[in-house]
Parts: sequence; C-alpha cells; structure tokens
Amino acid sequence: MATAAVGSGLRRSSLPKYSSLGLLAVSWVVMAGLFLIFLLAGMTAAYNLVGVVFFGTVLWAAAVWLISFLVEGSRKAKDRLVTALVTTAFVIALLPLVSLVETVLVRGVARFDVAFFSESMRNIVGAGGGGLHAIVGTLEITLGAAVISVPVGLLAAVYLVEYGRGAVARAITFLVDVMTGIPSIVAGLFAFALLSLVTGNPGYRSGFGGSVALSLLMIPIVVRSSEEMLKLVPNELREAAFALGVPRWLTIVKVVLPTALAGIVTGITLAIARVIGETAPLLLVAGYTTSMNYNLFSGPMVTLPVFSYTQYAQPGVDPVPSIDRAWTSALVLILIVLLLNLAARIIARFFAPKMASR
Amino acid sequence: MTSSPAVAPPVSAKPVRRPGDLIFSGTALAAGLLILVALAAVAVFLVGESIPALGVKKADLPVGFSTFLEYAGPLVFGTVWAALLALVIAVPLSLGIALFISHYAPRRVARGLGYVIDLLAAVPSVVYGLWGITVLAPFVQPFYTFLNTYLGWVPFFSGSVSATGRTVLTVAVVLAVMVLPIITALCREVFLQTPRLQEEAAYALGATRWEMIRISVLPFGRAGIVSAVMLGLGRALGETLAVAMVLSPAVVVSFFVLTTQNPTTIAANIALQFPDSYGISVNVLIATGLVLFVITFVVNALARGIVSRTSVGRNN
Repeated sequence: MATAAVGSGLRRSSLPKYSSLGLLAVSWVVMAGLFLIFLLAGMTAAYNLVGVVFFGTVLWAAAVWLISFLVEGSRKAKDRLVTALVTTAFVIALLPLVSLVETVLVRGVARFDVAFFSESMRNIVGAGGGGLHAIVGTLEITLGAAVISVPVGLLAAVYLVEYGRGAVARAITFLVDVMTGIPSIVAGLFAFALLSLVTGNPGYRSGFGGSVALSLLMIPIVVRSSEEMLKLVPNELREAAFALGVPRWLTIVKVVLPTALAGIVTGITLAIARVIGETAPLLLVAGYTTSMNYNLFSGPMVTLPVFSYTQYAQPGVDPVPSIDRAWTSALVLILIVLLLNLAARIIARFFAPKMASR
Repeated sequence: MTSSPAVAPPVSAKPVRRPGDLIFSGTALAAGLLILVALAAVAVFLVGESIPALGVKKADLPVGFSTFLEYAGPLVFGTVWAALLALVIAVPLSLGIALFISHYAPRRVARGLGYVIDLLAAVPSVVYGLWGITVLAPFVQPFYTFLNTYLGWVPFFSGSVSATGRTVLTVAVVLAVMVLPIITALCREVFLQTPRLQEEAAYALGATRWEMIRISVLPFGRAGIVSAVMLGLGRALGETLAVAMVLSPAVVVSFFVLTTQNPTTIAANIALQFPDSYGISVNVLIATGLVLFVITFVVNALARGIVSRTSVGRNN
C-alpha cells in the first residue's frame, strides 16, 4: 500500500544525485568532439580549449534545464538552471584569470634574467638592457607614498575611532569613502598641477610628484583598514587602562595601537600592493627616463608599470626585445603584488593578538 | 561648599586636560582635517588650472573642434558608454559569482574561491592592458566578424568591423573583468548577511533554493547590490591604462561597438595626450580631468549614500 503513494504525484520523481555532474562531463566531451571536428575541417587554426569549456558549460546549463523539466517539473528545473548559470558565471570569471596568469608567465620568462635586474635602459637600442632603473623607481616612489600616507592615514583613523564625534567626523568619513573612488589619473593631474604651481615649472616631472599622487590614492585605503582594526580592539582594554589612571593618549599609544598592530600592518601592506601597480598618475607627473635616477626630488623617474607601458607603446625598429621587456616587467610587478598580498595574509595570521577565547 | 574638611575636593565635571592628550588629539584631528584639505585642494587646483581652458581658441584644440565643450562632449560620452557596456557584462556575472560563493559553493571551499576572485582585483591595470591587446583582442575578433555578418541588422553591430579587435566592446570586456571583483566582494558580503531565519522560513514553505534566494536573499540585498554596482561604475569610469592600450581611439560619438572609430574615454585621452602636451593644451586636458572628477564624485557619493542609509556594507 505505502509504495502506491510514490508514483501518485505526492512525491515527484527526481534525478539521481550525481546526474548534474555527469551531464557536465557529457557536455564537455560533446563539445570537445565538436571542436575536434572543427579543427580537422580546418575551420579553426588551433584547438580551442577555452571554447570547449565555455560552450560545453552553456550546453550543460541548457541540457540540465531540459532534462530536469521533463523529469522533475518546472520549479525544480528552474532551480537547477539557476544553479548551472551561477556555476557558469564563476567558471567564466576564472577564464580571464587563468589566461592572464598563463600569458604573463609564458611571455615574461623570456627576459627574466640577471641583466633585467642589473641593467638600466641607458644607451640601449634593440635587444638587451633591463629594468633596474624602473625597479629602483618603483621602490622609491612607493616608499615615498607610504611615508606620506601611513602617518596621515593612521592618525586620521585614530581620530575617527577614538576622538571623532559630530559633523567633522562624519564629513571625514564620508569624504574618505568618496576619495576611495578618485580616478588615479585625476590624482596624477592634481599632483602635477600642485607641484608645477609650487615650483613654477610648467613641465614639472619628478618621482616625488608620483609619491604625492599615489599617497592621495593610498590614504583612504589606510584610513579605512586601520579604522576597522581599531574598532575591533575591545573596549574593556581601554577601560582597564583608564582605571589605572593612564592618560588617554598613552592608552592609545601603548594599549590600543599595539593590540591592533597586526591588522594595521596587514592593511598598509595591502594598500601598498594596490598602489604599486598604478601607471596613469606616474605617466603624467613622474615622466619617463632610460637612466638610473636615485633622487626622488629631481628629474624624471620611471616605475615598473610605466616602463612596461612605454616599452609596449613605443617599441623600437625591432619590436620584439622591447615587448619582451614589457612582459617581464609585468611579470615582476605581478610577483611583487602577490608577495605583498601573501605577506599581508601571513602577518594577519601569525601576528594577530592572542585574544582569550570567550 | 560643604564645611566638612574630610570630603575630597569636588571632582570637576570636565576631565583633566593633560598636555600629552591635547597634543595627541590635536595631531589626530589635524591628520583628519588634512584629508578634507587634500580633497578640497584637488578640487581647487583642478578648477584653477581648468579656467584657462574654457576660453581656448580653435587653433589650440585638436583638428576639427572649435570650442572646449565640443571637444569634451564626445569624451564624456565615450567614458560613460564604455563604463555602461562594461557594467552590462559585469553585473550579471558578479551577481552570479557572489551567489555562487555565498549560497552554492560548499562552505569549506567558499572562502578560498572568494580569494581567487579577489586576485583579479590585485592585477595592475597595465597588465590588463597588455593582456587585452595581445590575447583578448585577437581572440574575440572572429566573433566580431561573425556578429557583424549575421547580426549586422542590430544597430550596435553594424558598420565596418575592426580587423584588430581593438574596439569599444573589447575594452568593455576588459573593464568588466576589472570591476567584477569589486561588485562581487560587496554583493557577497551583503548576501551573507541575509537573516538565517528568513532563509529557513522560505525553505520551510517548500521553496527550492532559487525560490528562497528570490524571496529572501535578493530583496534583503537590494540596496547593497545597487551601491556595489555604483562603485563598480565609479571604477570603470576612471580606468585609464587598460582603455588607453586596448582601444584604437577617436574623439567621436558612436554607438557602433565593432568598428575602428571608437569613442575614447576622458582618462585614456589624458594618458595618451598629456606627455606630448604643453601650454594651453595641458589646461584643456586638466579641464577634462575635472569633468571626470565631478562625474566619479557624484557616482561614488550616491553609492556611499545608499550604503550608509542601510546598515549593511559598513565594513567595506
């Protein structure tokens, strides 16, 4: 008697548990076969793996919906279709990432040699040369930006969390938020307008200008991340210090900041990673040079992203060595950014304050 | 005054102001105010350097333009057009990815997948430019020919198709990849904050997972989604190098997305023209930069306004 209810519409029949994954495999195989036929028929020059993954996944979404609609009904079918679409969206987002990393690695290794890290581009025409001047420039300009923005950003965060009340604090919070969205090129224009006015030189170019532009982009990031970290410091710690008669400023310096230090350093590292890849403002205000320049305050200075861009945009008579250098600087840049991100995660994990578990 | 000498001197209502406190809080306040001043300075300097550009003569503008407005108009159009195309591609994808990470992927791997998407945000824009011009443009060019041949009756796809693939549509794809992590990150946070009880109530009524998302997660996250999209828009409007490298530019108003005549953006135009400019041309470029600044300021202010009116998204 009980088995009679199964087919009676109270419980609809449903697809087996792993049918969805199976269908995905089938779709990919079908598409792989289809593209193989295209290749053999001479319609495509090379085997299109991206096409297989993309169109295979699209075919899967359609197949899942159709089969589920026939077996399980429209509501389940819609649910499965959305699941398939959402998964497809994720796969699509991975495609550019994989393609990008692969391209940079493959093309970047060509000039990933000792000369790239030990020579500048002075008097180089054609092959050879390196990006030492760009690496030095990147380090100096970014360090300059950090020296400006870390104290300002950190103190502003302290003000917002520990002192800020009323309209001033609200205005600062709002403007910091808005500042996060300043286009980098506008920051470059500002730094140029400011420094060319101050120095009276309408063709002003220097590394320091780049630092000013980058710090405009970096300050809001530092403020936001430090603010979040300071807010996480338990109020009990502050109250305990006050109860011992410790002045407020000493409480902040000796209790609050050390507790939040790991988080703050993580935030600053991520902020550096964010601005180190900026190109546009430096193109405007730091200029371009092929020689070493250690002086932040005079003469044009080049950074890795600008070097990469100019090597690509203005190749010599034989473009190959120039474009190779562009890719290698891109690779070095990505490696630096990844290392900084990794460092930030390590700092966050290992130097976090040991809180008593509640 | 009480007469009893045993009572301690009355504690003043105001706490003691120590010099250290004054100096420290003063410095902190100064740092905060410096940010206000910096932003004001940006506006003042840009305005100051832009004023000469308004009276610019025909001879100082690129060929074919007689007034500043005539020159800036197509640039504004190009900026907004490229950013909107990018959003059309990026928004559905980001919503899908955010839902995938917050509600579909297994809990154990969800956080890792979030980091993977965040990696897209860590790639410098010059690398996107190199990738867009070397890999993406040749890759999509055959599709463009296909679209142009078979869907040419759709207004956007008509015109003579570009042979290099360096069109505004390619730029939109690159921009979409760049704003995707921003929109995804904010949406993911919002979706994760959906009250657990609302989700369970939907399930208890017999809803499938998609029906649960439609009746509880999406309505809850609506404000967050809108502001995330606005922030993405702000980023897409201001992106410079990727556009400058990938696009084969022209200062025109054109809705065709596959041709060689592509409307360029303000930021890309500045990056390309600035190094060779001098005199009043610099002022003209700075004035277009001011226009860009105003547009992004408004977009970001709107986005932040929406976020702060709802409680979600405060930690972003």
